[in-house]
Amino acid sequence: MKLIVNNREVTIDADPAMPLLWALRDLIGLTGTKFGCGAAQCGACTVHMDGEAIRSCITPVSDAAGKKLTTIEAATDGTDRVGAAVHAAWIKHDVAQCGYCQSGQIMSAIALLKSLPSGQQPTADSIDAAMAGNICRCGTYVRIRAAVADAARTLA
Amino acid sequence: MLPNIDYSELPRALQHMLERGQTVKTLPRRSFLKLAGATGLALGAFPHIALADPAAGGKAASSLKPTQQPSAFVQIAGNGEVTVTINRLEFGQGVHTALPMILAEELDADWSLVRSRHGTNDAAYVDPLFGIHLTGGSHSIKNSFSQYRELGARARAMLLGAAAARWKVDVATLRTQAGTVLGPGGRKLGYGELAEAAMAQPVPEKVTLKDPKDFRIIGRPTPRLDAQAKSSGRQDFGIDARLPGQLTAVVARPPVFGARLAAMDDSAARAIKGVRAVLRVPLDGGAEGVAVVADGYWQATQGRDALKLTWDTAKVEKVDSERQLVQYRELAGRPGPRKFDADMAPLATAPQQLEAEFVFPYLAHAAMEPLNCTVALTEGRAELWVGSQCAGLDAGAAARVLNLKPEQVTVHVQMAGGGFGRRFSSTSDTVVEACEIAKAARAAGLNAPVRTLWSREDDMRGGFYRPMHLHRARVGFDERGNVLAWDHVIVGQSITTGSVFEQFQVKNGIDGTATEGMRDPYPLPMRLTVHHPKLNVPVLWWRSVGSTHTAFVMETLLDEIARTTQQDPVAYRMRMFGDKHLRHRDALQLAVDKSGYGKTRLPEGRAWGVAVHESFDSVVAYVVEASVKDGRPMLHRVTAGVHCNLAVNPRTVEAQVQGAAVTGLSMCLPGSAITLKDGVVEQSNFDGYTVARITDMPEFNVHIVPSAEPPTGIGEPGLPPLAPAFANAIARLTGKPLRQLPFKLA
Repeated sequence: MKLIVNNREVTIDADPAMPLLWALRDLIGLTGTKFGCGAAQCGACTVHMDGEAIRSCITPVSDAAGKKLTTIEAATDGTDRVGAAVHAAWIKHDVAQCGYCQSGQIMSAIALLKSLPSGQQPTADSIDAAMAGNICRCGTYVRIRAAVADAARTLA
Repeated sequence: MLPNIDYSELPRALQHMLERGQTVKTLPRRSFLKLAGATGLALGAFPHIALADPAAGGKAASSLKPTQQPSAFVQIAGNGEVTVTINRLEFGQGVHTALPMILAEELDADWSLVRSRHGTNDAAYVDPLFGIHLTGGSHSIKNSFSQYRELGARARAMLLGAAAARWKVDVATLRTQAGTVLGPGGRKLGYGELAEAAMAQPVPEKVTLKDPKDFRIIGRPTPRLDAQAKSSGRQDFGIDARLPGQLTAVVARPPVFGARLAAMDDSAARAIKGVRAVLRVPLDGGAEGVAVVADGYWQATQGRDALKLTWDTAKVEKVDSERQLVQYRELAGRPGPRKFDADMAPLATAPQQLEAEFVFPYLAHAAMEPLNCTVALTEGRAELWVGSQCAGLDAGAAARVLNLKPEQVTVHVQMAGGGFGRRFSSTSDTVVEACEIAKAARAAGLNAPVRTLWSREDDMRGGFYRPMHLHRARVGFDERGNVLAWDHVIVGQSITTGSVFEQFQVKNGIDGTATEGMRDPYPLPMRLTVHHPKLNVPVLWWRSVGSTHTAFVMETLLDEIARTTQQDPVAYRMRMFGDKHLRHRDALQLAVDKSGYGKTRLPEGRAWGVAVHESFDSVVAYVVEASVKDGRPMLHRVTAGVHCNLAVNPRTVEAQVQGAAVTGLSMCLPGSAITLKDGVVEQSNFDGYTVARITDMPEFNVHIVPSAEPPTGIGEPGLPPLAPAFANAIARLTGKPLRQLPFKLA
């Protein structure tokens, strides 16, 4: 099976029913995407598929074949303008505590900002709505709100 | 995340640890250097006490303990990079940054060149006061503040000695500044240039520490050292440990705690591609499980799903939450051991009477990173990769399972995705289970490292909960709110019985962790009776431990007395703090001043709520604004006043208070409870067990009372007062007190 992960074509030998999360983590070695619940309840496994934020823990790898997949590693490597802005804001606001959920949080934040028409700033409610699927047990929510809003401002 | 510990009991505790064969081992010098070389960081290293190499001219100070030897904690590379080894588990609380800050302060390091890394079960990394490897009880900074300052000062003295020798000048003519030694005539050498020579310097026993007014790193809001890695998916956690040929195991666990396997058909599981072995393994608490070992997690879970298992649950206790509550109510009426006593005669004649019952459910820690442990076995050796709060005890437990000596086990402490107390259990359950599986896999001919990984469902249904509690109170008071007599009963399982803490926590049949936070600092005539029923549901410390329930009871009842006697809740508390409890006063006053309480008029439908609580030697006060919308309590704004003495990193203090408060808020939300039906845990994932989400989060401001006193705990104290402050605001709106968590409006 062929996947396009972070602009790179990868061939894997996997059960088509295997969740994309485990293909990324166990087969491809991209461990930045995290396992939190296995049931699309916590958002730790969020990646982008054709630009859309999806929960990789419930997405069969066969559904991802041929689609353009982006994981946290590439989203924050500086090549993507929105990803770089979110990454910088996360560091500036010192969002992470344990940090385990933050890959998923960042991927959801990037997807939100990319979904906005150029120049439009997210409202407080729209930030909460976009981030509501991502649990943080350390309770970094105040700083997540501030970082998303700040990243949006730097992109304006 | 661990009990407050009575320091007067330390010697006995330490003796107990030693009797248990606590792992004490030191790294041989060669492997230390090799390890350092492998990281590509260190060209120079300071000598380790027992290993000082006379050939290199090193002189170790023999009176110093391993915890006081800079060699195990500081490495300085040729380019000036300073790597500090932390003696704790970083799982969000910020010690990965704060401990290096403390050391770097006295080292006079260039902060931009300071790095941080985890330690192992080496003897150097025990808590300097407790003598065991321990992350918990909000102790990390409190207990290692002096230790890390002295380590930094010792290393600095060795660098100064090396510079003095190089320049042939009196050391008194030298000073240091941000990673460099400055000498007479404008001479200057970077720490990196001196590191090798500094190794040969004697390790000083006594060092002079800075006057706190000269601190330039400690006390400064400092970004976390792990922020970059944790904002880019590049931070490895225990779950990410990856060794060549590594296999993954998942375990089919009994539906009821303690049950064993009656029959198994594993033929379908073995037929699944990627499944390497199906192994019956002993589990914690006398239970039995079936481990499926496979190439990866997905294949292992496929194998587990294909198992046909019959469990023998006939002989095990099947706890049922509804029946349990009935039993607890019955127990509450019986006589029992007393924590405090006082004259209860005034109860009969007090002009005002109040009776209350409180119920608190079991709670799961539900850390974001599911439990995991990777084990590599070779002949006569075991290496473990695990996010452990107690590396030494875990190594000892591993050694017992594997028939090894403790010194044959190395625990590589891994960055952990939260924990809240769950990564230290009294039986080392996660580690023991992983070792049993690795041992069985090896016996089955699989010569590969095995990562045992829990699913979310395993984690949530796997026990080790904050215990369910029932509180009952009868309070008699006068019209001014003076309490004349307070008769109180607590019913709940003991968390320290059977743990290393039992000997110094359980006294007269009462587990001190169940009553911490009761009465004090209020001058109340209280009689406190405690019952510890024994049930087979495993229980454990959980962030802020006893204060998760005692603070709620105390702070809502006192608020109710203030309401009943028409007194301002702040003034009422201040009167009781008097001039004895100044930290409580200062924390509350700061929260009041910054919140606008008593000055600002709130919008229609909102009310103020107040609570103050001391835990882990720090005081946190909250002033909150809340409302009820469509029958649901809503928290809008929180202002915190915090007294944790010197705030080493104010930015982390703010984060810890906010984070602990979010856990406190979670406890209030509908669905934040673990319940059992006929022995089976009813919740299994975040759809059934509620935790706070961003949409629940109020506006939140943290204010710290300035102080230069040695720091006290901050990982937990922000949790206890949140729920009662919220409840007190709701009670002001509805006129009815909230007496159970999660909240239930009548």
